Amino acid sequence: MKMTGAKILIESLKKEGVEVIFGYPGGVVLPLFDELYDVPIRFILVRHEQGAAHAADGYARATGKVGVCLATSGPGATNLVTGIATAYMDSVPMVAITGQVKTFLIGNDAFQEADITGITRPITKHNYLVEDIKDLARIVKEAFHIARTGRPGPVLIDLPVDIQQQELEFHYPEKVDMRGYNPNYEGHPGQIKRAAKAISDSKRPVIYAGGGVIISEASGELIELAKNNNIPVTLTLLGMGAFPQTDKLALGMLGMHGTAYANHAIMESDLIIAVGARFDDRVTGKVDAFAPHAKVIHIDIDPTSVSKSVDVDIPIVGDAKRILKELNANVKKPDTAAWLEQIEGWKKKFPLKYKDDDKLRPQYVIEQIWEATKGEAIICTEVGQNQMWAAQFYKYIKPRSIISSGGLGTMGYGFPAAIGAKVGKPDAIVFDVAGDGSIQMNIQELATAVSNKIPVKIAILNNCYLGMVRQWQELFYKKRYSYTCLKGSSPDFVKLAESYGAVGMRITKKADVRAALDKAIKTDNVVVMDFVIEREENVFPMVPAGQAINQMIEGGLA
Amino acid sequence: MKHTISVLVENKFGVLARISGLFSARGYNIDSLAVGMTEDPTVSRMTIVSEGDDKTLEQIKKQLNKLIDVIKVVDFKEGEFVDRELILLKVAVSSKTRKEVLEAIDSCGAKIVNAGSKTISVEAAGDQNAIKSLIELLRPFGLMEVVRTGRIALEIGDKALSGQGKPEANE
Ligand SMILES: Cc1ncc(C[n+]2csc(CCOP(=O)(O)OP(=O)(O)O)c2C)c(N)n1
Ligand SMILES: [Mg+2]
Repeated sequence: MKMTGAKILIESLKKEGVEVIFGYPGGVVLPLFDELYDVPIRFILVRHEQGAAHAADGYARATGKVGVCLATSGPGATNLVTGIATAYMDSVPMVAITGQVKTFLIGNDAFQEADITGITRPITKHNYLVEDIKDLARIVKEAFHIARTGRPGPVLIDLPVDIQQQELEFHYPEKVDMRGYNPNYEGHPGQIKRAAKAISDSKRPVIYAGGGVIISEASGELIELAKNNNIPVTLTLLGMGAFPQTDKLALGMLGMHGTAYANHAIMESDLIIAVGARFDDRVTGKVDAFAPHAKVIHIDIDPTSVSKSVDVDIPIVGDAKRILKELNANVKKPDTAAWLEQIEGWKKKFPLKYKDDDKLRPQYVIEQIWEATKGEAIICTEVGQNQMWAAQFYKYIKPRSIISSGGLGTMGYGFPAAIGAKVGKPDAIVFDVAGDGSIQMNIQELATAVSNKIPVKIAILNNCYLGMVRQWQELFYKKRYSYTCLKGSSPDFVKLAESYGAVGMRITKKADVRAALDKAIKTDNVVVMDFVIEREENVFPMVPAGQAINQMIEGGLA
Repeated sequence: MKHTISVLVENKFGVLARISGLFSARGYNIDSLAVGMTEDPTVSRMTIVSEGDDKTLEQIKKQLNKLIDVIKVVDFKEGEFVDRELILLKVAVSSKTRKEVLEAIDSCGAKIVNAGSKTISVEAAGDQNAIKSLIELLRPFGLMEVVRTGRIALEIGDKALSGQGKPEANE
């Protein structure tokens, strides 16, 4: 049967199992929207295309499926850019579809024309401009394949409006055939043996695991490696949940705002077992001083991540799950008793702490969210202090329970991502831990959440500051709070919530926190909780930029 | 150290931008880049000459391989390849220097493509040494224009860079 290009696209999405699209209409996607009018794919109309990209991203991180967003050409497409870049940095499988002006107008500065494939080239895993309707089905097939395989990432398809209107017989290809794309999943057996021996011979091993473990669904294998061999585990922000934070081998997060004991453990370790993590500068601090006594094993699907910043002794390129399985079959348990004892000492000496008085402090709010949900919630975060407190004080016990912009650090990410996560996991309690600054970057999505009945819970840790920047100004710029104070200039978040049809709450006392959370969780609507917290609370420990990670403020020195 | 890298890529719109964009975004340097279609019209071959330490070169190769449109990347080892560059140049002549310039051109094995009363246009192909000595030889007479294609390189011996698959770097 002959179909229009628009219909071919929609039918292809159905073939890929797409359940939901987040998007926004416009002139050159009218044929697509006309198809969407009577197709069983759910469409969530956002209020800004950035929201669509983050929602697709949040959906993908919560479910492991490919998230899909859709926007018109020109400004619609450029509004997706931050969302695409965010997904790219954090290896999130996503397909972004943009409309484009008619093929014969491309390059003419036509109305609402933007070279979106040019713009997104460095922030997509791959992108396509469809030049011929004959290529369309194949391109969709390839796009989904590229997005979800290997190291996942966003793929953009730019589809001119005239191709949406042309007609062709629809054939969806069975398989992809790309000679230039062939990710390697199987780890090199010799390297795995070497790694197993290094682990067996180690005295002070540390597992350092990142988002790759979650993407590869390798949490079970990671837990086995750690527990069978008594190896402590530290996680990156994106790795949180890959190993239960409630376990005695858990060290929490490492790096700039990591726990003192995780950072000390890395610095004293004789063997780092890095899995699905990429030695980001927020993790390593001063690279030359990172883990000076350690051999490094690095398991990663992306060869470019290996030996990029930290030199690796035993690289193993491939899928974390398969490699960990092999490794588990080969490792002989090392004796780590003395090492664990030393770490226990650090844990006692330098616990994560905050002042437990009767003031309303953000760490307490996060702890209470944990108490109220016992690790069963999905915690999305904005960026800044709120994000770090959410990482430090909530005990993640399973994969995909924290959703946060790690690589790009995108303010405004958390709320739309929470919408996407809730759409993907409707039975989960979904929180957005927010800052008063960040939440205003995509606040318009309140309309999306309310009208589509997506009851996410927003907990604003309101310090009336761009808090993380203020913290740096306090510590490194002599408290000159240049343009970081929001006091008196933010909206009344309770009234704002109400005007969108959501429920608003203001919490000013520590004693009221738990009751408010319980009420919010029970409420079958979007809830905005405005927690008026201690304004100048800081995130500690903290490794100043460019220092070795054991040189922490408030972390004790090794 | 200078490296000569051959890259087989899909002969598609936008591929050159992906490669040059990769180099500029990551701060890798390009000494020269030449590109053209291969024996297989769906495949183009780029010869990139780049300079960097071993770690940078390793990253360049991996990053190139990561591009979906890149089919194969080979970093030629010293002594295992030949490289050539084509150069066109215009040199000034006068009645006084004409004879000397013609001799110089001849001594380099270069070819005259056009001879006027005030200038001579020259074509030469060769390795980097040959190109360099031609330029230096003619420079004193007044080089008015120099146009170079960038280097292309071919592995010596019976092996060929086929377009089949691309080995992932494991190790
Ligand atoms: C889009 C964007 N712009 C700027 C920044 C720089 N930045 C990082 S944290 C921060 C302050 C965040 O303030 P808020 O959301 O109130 O969170 P808090 O740190 O106070 O918890 C800023 C401006 C950023 N990460 N993202
Ligand atoms: Mg704030």
